Formats: sequence, structure tokens, C-alpha cells
Amino acid sequence: MSWETVIGLEIHVQLATKSKIFSGAATAYGADANTQACAVDLGLPGVLPVINEEAIRSAVKFGLAIDAQIAPHSVFARKNYFYPDLPKGYQISQFELPIVSGGTVEIQLQDGIKKTINVTRAHLEEDAGKSVHEGFGNLTGIDLNRAGTPLIEIVSEPEMCSAEEAVAYMKKIHTLVRYLEISDGNMQEGSFRCDANVSIRASGETSLGTRAEIKNINSFRFVEQAINHEVERQIDILEEGGKVVQETRLYDPDKNETRSMRSKEEANDYRYFPDPDLLPVELSRDEIDAIRTQLPELPDARRSRFIKELALSEYDSESLTANKEIADYFESALSAAGGEAKLCSNWVMGELSAALNRENKEISESPVSANMLGQLVLRIKDNTISNNIAKQVFEAMWNGEGDADGIIEARGLKQLTDSGEIEKLVDDVISDNPEQVEQFRNSPEEKRGKLIGFFVGQVMKKSRGKANPQQVNQLLSEKLNG
Amino acid sequence: MSIDSSEIEKIAWLARLSLNEDDIPASKADMSKILDLVEQMNTIDTGGIEPLAHPMDIRARLRADEVTETDQRAHFQKNAPATEDGHYLVPKVIE
Repeated sequence: MSWETVIGLEIHVQLATKSKIFSGAATAYGADANTQACAVDLGLPGVLPVINEEAIRSAVKFGLAIDAQIAPHSVFARKNYFYPDLPKGYQISQFELPIVSGGTVEIQLQDGIKKTINVTRAHLEEDAGKSVHEGFGNLTGIDLNRAGTPLIEIVSEPEMCSAEEAVAYMKKIHTLVRYLEISDGNMQEGSFRCDANVSIRASGETSLGTRAEIKNINSFRFVEQAINHEVERQIDILEEGGKVVQETRLYDPDKNETRSMRSKEEANDYRYFPDPDLLPVELSRDEIDAIRTQLPELPDARRSRFIKELALSEYDSESLTANKEIADYFESALSAAGGEAKLCSNWVMGELSAALNRENKEISESPVSANMLGQLVLRIKDNTISNNIAKQVFEAMWNGEGDADGIIEARGLKQLTDSGEIEKLVDDVISDNPEQVEQFRNSPEEKRGKLIGFFVGQVMKKSRGKANPQQVNQLLSEKLNG
Repeated sequence: MSIDSSEIEKIAWLARLSLNEDDIPASKADMSKILDLVEQMNTIDTGGIEPLAHPMDIRARLRADEVTETDQRAHFQKNAPATEDGHYLVPKVIE
């Protein structure tokens, strides 16, 4: 029997606001435990939540970016459950009237096929605190700094049918929230994490199978591994004639397996009701339109522009625009170089990316600025240096030796274009290697192209890489063939 | 409308209330009365009426995104039965 996988994702995105969603406490990551947890976050009696306008604006931006409906009237609700990192005994979330509903996200798969994934809804809610199980003996430590941090939870339709699609969708949402600058998207710090609903059905079946929900996956790689593992587990159960149980499971990356979290199941009766402490949020058409004017150019639009206006390939455009910082860097370098999109793209995706990877740096930490790289490309373009010499110059810039022009000057790397000087080098090489010249002249025409490489190499070596290769080639073939 | 004992026990569990066996009949009677009232309200035709999320017909006032709270950890933790290294301590909870 052949099986079909059905996946839906719930992505939690921490919004990059300075203060919490319902209180004026700071949201900065890494502060000392409980130093950013105020009376509202602690759920002390008598406190009242007041909504952060930036959180509302961020959610609206996301909704507009995926072409969703923005609710003119949305309501916060209490989701009731007991857990030590949730001091109030309820999480303020949205239930019946979320701020964003509908919308679509286009993903591109490895074979170039595009697929549209529908978003069911995106709602605002507060994050919970953190439980620390180590270091407190037989007790658990509770840090409520994260309690009240604004989140949007983005719920997709169950429309993905492989781990690859799920990862592509998650990456696309990640790119979007970074472009919109509504989240730092930092997965190690938990700013971007997801739950995956996975079910299996016989191929051709139209109704959905029983699903398992895998909680709190915080890397693209783990999403892929967790889904693949869960699919196998469910197929094994079904093939042995068993039944998948609807439950919450936790992915353990160390063991690469998922295991049941039964306690969460018992509590799964959340008794949502509208939070009486909070009035409904009303958004007029004018307010929504004003937010729309603040939207930046989005990745899909930028990719099309790179293809159309800069004549870059689909592959290059996709790679450059997948990350906003890289796309911004590329465009600044391009403007410093005064054109040559393909050459700039090669340098950004080639030499620069390799150096960043090697030292595990973000592009914002690059010792070579976009302007510096643009200047280097400019010197390749105007024939001051060859592409090979430029690699040396890049290394020197990376190591902090200054800008391209300074390094070219200091190291004397300027390309030799004086035909008299080049001719002298060519003559020297010819007279130093009589045997090879003999061999060249005795070879048939079609083999000469290959043999000339030896002489080019010798001339380049003598000039320490500075001779203009086109000129060298031309002079050599004139003299050797003549 | 009647409600059975197991429902009473479930509701008590969800609210983390510990009910004695002896309390159940009284709770059953009280809850049934509440449900009777709801039942009575359910007979009203609300077809043309929009659901109400809040009795006050005004929109939420939003606050600017500014940090206005300072660190008062020491003050708050005076109320806690047990703290260590800045953390509130609770019985071990682990999945």
C-alpha cells in the first residue's frame, strides 16, 4: 500500500518590540532571571493589561504581506491551563476573531516547482515563561522574563505533503518576517519555532488521517528530521494494522525520535472565553492603509526585479533575496561598483559567503563592507586587476589591511597593460624554453591551443600574476605561430 | 438540567479545586441551577444580534512601545515562598 503525508505547521514568531505585549517590561534576550518580569507579567492581583500598538502593527504587516484579511474588529481571549511558567493560569491569545485570516505563501521546491500554501490564520498572543530543570536540586526554577513577550502564531492549512515542503514553507515565513523587520527570527534564542501536525493516509484518500502534533521544533534541520521520523513511525503503525493516536509528541534531536507528552493531553480543554480585561481592537481602513505604505519591497518582488532589471539568473536572484541583509549588501556593492550585477553576485555568493561561512560570521559582521566589495569589483571591471589578483586583494581586505585601492597600491598589484613590458616578458619566456617552443611548432594546429597554456603560465608567473592575460595570449600566439 | 458527578469532578480538576465526595451533591445542584438559567437564555432569539465581546462599546486604547517598568525583582520575590539565583522555585515539573 502506498501512503501520503499531510503536514500543517503552526509557527510561533516572537515580535521584535521593545516592550511586552501587555506591559511596559523590557523584552531583551539574555537578561538576568526575572529582572524583566513586572507585576503584570507575574499575574499579581489587580493588574490590568494594556495592548502594545507595535505588536498590533507587526501582525497587520504580516497579514498584508501574505495578502490576508485584516480583521477590522479582533478580540483577545483567555486560554486556560495550569503550568508553573504561566502565572495567571491563562494565556492571553486570540480565538474566534484573530487579527489575520486567510492569505497565501508561495514556496519553491528543489526541482523548481512552485506551490502555494494557504495560511488559515495568524493571531497575537503572549509567550509563557521558562522552566529551568537543572541547577535547583529536586526543584524547578521559573524565569518569567519571557512571559508576556508578543508572539504571532501563524497557522497553515494542512497542505504540505513532505518534510521538504514544510521546510521550504518555514524558511519562506522566516524570510518574510525578517524582511518586514517584525522579528529577529533568531532560532537559537527561540524567537522562531514551530509545531508540526503530521498525519498519514492511504494514497488517493480524501479525508485526513489521525494526526500527531510535534511540539517546539526550533531549527529547519530538526523540522525535517522530526517530520521524517514521525512519518515513518505512523506508517509502521498503520502497516502493522494499528491506529495512530491523536496526541502531542516532543522531538528529541539527540536520539532523533519523537515521544509522547501525555500530560499535555489531559489539559487539552482550554475553555477559551473573551478576556474581560481587554477591549476589542478596532482597525479602520485608513489605519490599515497607513501600515500598508510602510511595507518594504518583499522577497518575491525583489527576486523578480533582480531577474528583470539586473538580468540575473533565477538561481542567483533566489539565493541573493532569501536573506534581506544579503540582498541589501548586494545592492549596495552593486551601486558602489557602478554596475556589473553578475560579477557582484558572484563575489557576494562566492568569495564573501565562503569567508563568512569559514569564520561563522553573519553578513552584518563582515570585515569587508558592501562599499569595499563594490570598489574591488570596480577595479576588476576597469582592468586594474584580474579576477585572480582580486582574490588576493579580498583576503587582504578581510584581514583588515584597508580598501582595495590602498592594497593594490601598497602591494603593487596593478595589472600590467604596457604592451612593451609584456612583450619583453613574452620574449624572455620564449628564449628560455627552446625545447617547448620546438615541440609547439612541430605540433598540429589543433593541439597548439593546449600547449600554449604552458607559456601563458610562465609569463604570468614572471609577472607575478599581474600581466593582462588577454594581451599575453595574443602576443604569444603571434610570436609562436609566426 | 442535570449534570452528572463525573462532569463535576472534571470541572473541579480543570480548576484545580479539591472537592470532597460529600461536596459533590451540593455542587451538582448549584451547577444544574446555573445551567437551567443558561437554558432559559438559550430560548431567546438572537438571530439578528451581533456577538458581544465586551459590554462596553468602545475600542481598546493602545500604548506606545516603550519600556516603562524597572527591575523590581527583589521586591516581588519577598512574596515568594522560595527563590534561588533570581528564579522562583516550584516542585519539579518535567516532561
